[in-house]
Amino acid sequence: MSLLTSLARLRAIERGRAQPIATVRHCHLSARPMVFIPLKLSGEAAAPLAAMLGTDPGEPRLLAVTQPRNRDLRFAWAGELAGALLPYVTGFMGETETVERRNADPYERALDAPQLIVPNRAGVAFTRLLGRSTRFRRTDGPFPVPEGVPLLGRWLTYFAERAAYPGSSLMPAATDELGRHWASGQSALEDANLAALLAWITEGPDDAAEDPLIWPPAGPATDPGFDAEVLAPAMESGSAERITEALRTQLEPTWRLVWRAIGLLRELTPGASVAQRWEHDRASYSGMSAQLAEGAPPQARRDGAVAAAARLARMERAQAAYEVQRAYDDPLVMAEYRLTGEAFAGEVVDTAPDHTEGEGRSRKLRPLVTVKTDDLVRIAPGSALGTPQRRGQGAELVSARDGLVTLKITKGMGRGRTPAPGAVPEVGERVCYSSLTDDFQGAAALPEPEETPWTHGGPPRPYEPTDEDAREEWS
Amino acid sequence: MTHPGAGPGAGPGAEPEPTPEEVVRRVLDDLPRHRGVVVDSPPGAGKSTLVVRAAAHLAATGEPLMIVAQTNEQVDDLVARICDKHPRLTVGRLSAGGYVPPRRMLELPGVTVGTRVQDLGDPDVVIATADKWAWISGRTWPWAIVDEAYQMRSDKLLRIAGLFERALFVGDPGQLDPFSIVDGDRWSGLSWDPLQSAVSVLLRHNPDLPVHRLPVSWRLPASAAPVVSRAFYPFTGFRSGTGPGDRRLELVTGGMGTVHDRALEEAARSGWALLELPNRHTVRTDAEAVEAVALLAARLLQRGAVAGSEQGERPVTAGRIAVGAAHRDQVAAIRNAGLPPEITVDTANRLQGREYDVTIVLHPLSGRRDATAFHLESGRLCVLASRHRHACVVVARAGIAELLDAHPSAEPVQLGVPVKFPDGWEANQAVLDHLAAHRVQA
Repeated sequence: MSLLTSLARLRAIERGRAQPIATVRHCHLSARPMVFIPLKLSGEAAAPLAAMLGTDPGEPRLLAVTQPRNRDLRFAWAGELAGALLPYVTGFMGETETVERRNADPYERALDAPQLIVPNRAGVAFTRLLGRSTRFRRTDGPFPVPEGVPLLGRWLTYFAERAAYPGSSLMPAATDELGRHWASGQSALEDANLAALLAWITEGPDDAAEDPLIWPPAGPATDPGFDAEVLAPAMESGSAERITEALRTQLEPTWRLVWRAIGLLRELTPGASVAQRWEHDRASYSGMSAQLAEGAPPQARRDGAVAAAARLARMERAQAAYEVQRAYDDPLVMAEYRLTGEAFAGEVVDTAPDHTEGEGRSRKLRPLVTVKTDDLVRIAPGSALGTPQRRGQGAELVSARDGLVTLKITKGMGRGRTPAPGAVPEVGERVCYSSLTDDFQGAAALPEPEETPWTHGGPPRPYEPTDEDAREEWS
Repeated sequence: MTHPGAGPGAGPGAEPEPTPEEVVRRVLDDLPRHRGVVVDSPPGAGKSTLVVRAAAHLAATGEPLMIVAQTNEQVDDLVARICDKHPRLTVGRLSAGGYVPPRRMLELPGVTVGTRVQDLGDPDVVIATADKWAWISGRTWPWAIVDEAYQMRSDKLLRIAGLFERALFVGDPGQLDPFSIVDGDRWSGLSWDPLQSAVSVLLRHNPDLPVHRLPVSWRLPASAAPVVSRAFYPFTGFRSGTGPGDRRLELVTGGMGTVHDRALEEAARSGWALLELPNRHTVRTDAEAVEAVALLAARLLQRGAVAGSEQGERPVTAGRIAVGAAHRDQVAAIRNAGLPPEITVDTANRLQGREYDVTIVLHPLSGRRDATAFHLESGRLCVLASRHRHACVVVARAGIAELLDAHPSAEPVQLGVPVKFPDGWEANQAVLDHLAAHRVQA
């Protein structure tokens, strides 16, 4: 935990209210998100019990499995879920834009994308398991499943994998997003309880949040007391209505909480880079839609050696970019870096806008700027710098001594003999520079999967879907 | 990590411990017989010497050789060593665009520097970092030597393994594991987990490859080798090449009885000292600890330390002293405390593979109120505690043992992941236990 967050947590305890740790919203919020709250049967890894979902806070749709131990009923439920979820998920490919690419064919990108919001991280994990248990099934052959189930499995798998992708907003968990914007006075473990975290942010800490009779767990696991005293007798009675109504009592409170969390996040202004990350999400979603349209097989059970390395490289790149963007979008996040000496803010006290380096043809414009700062600067001379005030600009630290930092601008000040107007900060302007820059080198190419080297087990056997896939043991 | 049945002398009733020379000869003999050969080398056991010798041995066969190291410093170092020992070998040093070769490299005969293989002519040996090799394609080498292979992530090996037919992998299994800024749980248990080290992945797919172990540390003194061996290499122990008394550290000018002087005197006498500050929870850049570290370094220079060893007597100059810490902000804070610029101050990560006469270490757990997996990683402490030829002074707040007791390692156990030895928690306790006998309280 960083110093500022620790301080915010202490303040939260002192004041009895969660403290903001961000000044802008760092996630995209869809105009029409779908809230998805899955429940599972206790003691089973991936036996769905119920789900509440919908895009309208006033119209939750409840789907329940009246006997989760019955596989046929489970997959019938998955079929219903597909019917409720897939029209929303696939409905965004209607409106697209054509995107030109370097070294590749142009492609169609959806103008908007679906957003599934789950209450907590466990909800994401369970979505992944649901996807895993449905995507390899077939609608024909032995053990057929209802129409739409295999496709549902692929989409759920896609969303859950995307949730692990840094900066993606296709499947956010409400507790995670709230935790990125507010620091409560409780532990990280307690923050995973949506009711408790929301109470800290709104009315202040509330013991009721821990009482399953008032705020049932946000899933996917249910309250053991409810299981024993309400659910078990309802299932024994065999009444579908009784079971459904019992489950509704467990889901509805969470439903309200998730929408409340969305409302809180919506009040924040989105950060400058949020749209850019959402664009990546839209592109990714469009790519997935295109793959499915071409009849691609279900996602592999495990990443092969090459696929794993490729995914790792993409994720690391996204993580690094996400951290930089958050800091550039939000002075409060940048403050963390100022505290660790990786950034500094202050007033410009001197400039030499026409300063040059080199002679003759290799003479280059390198405007100098001197900043007076109270921050402790721990950036080595020669390090590359960037600034939130002028995003395209590159600079280099020349010296930092006694609260005076001199830097030279190396990029983004125009090509002329004098800098473009506004490119060099004026004396008196307040600026912030950081050694955090999103100037990444791309990763080197990986071998094709069929050329996996001997050090990594050699080429894998290609995957061919068979009926055996459906025979996998699911218990 | 251990390789069961791997190195000679691993089990009971095994043949007598081979000499380093025997090990090297077995390695060279194994090279043509196997696709890959792994050599585990504890700190300062002559890993670079082995790499240079193997390079000359392979180059003598007339077949081209590629060498892979992990950082530019390591590459430059190897180039210098190869040219020094085998001036007749031609060496091509591949580098990225922005790389500025040190002047000493340009003066070396037989060395060419370039950004493309074509620019190098046709040297006996081509050497570059793993990152640079990943951009090379269109040619294969019959032989490769991968240096610091335990610090190399397996996804890097995946990018370059197509470039060579056979390879010698050399590294120190006790040092820091490769890491990532993203969570890699989804791959844990896979035999090709990209976050595992190159050697782990190599051996999981090719369990029959021979694994050798260098048995003697030439760097660590007799006072340190048993401590480091016991704490960090519990199943693959090593010994020091020098005996007790072979290494001496003398402080020429007298001390003033301050805690810093007493800590230095203890270190000079026994090879270890723990300067213990009062128990306190602090921020990472604990100002008092930083000051203590800086004062120790300054006093060490003022007192004119002289190191005596099998290499003769020489003064411990600033260039022979290193200061190590866990985090970059701690390093920056220590540098800002006004040390002579010749003293190396760096993180454990970047001190890997380096050697100094005296090291001053800010203990990774000093002043902390929790012990995370990062701080408990045995490799971090191992690197910090095994860079010295003569003495190591550790600065720490009291209460680390209690902190460790309050934070037993509780990482989830993942299926299919080989158990890692040593356990960081246990290694930390072992080192603390040893340091307790050399404690100077502030």
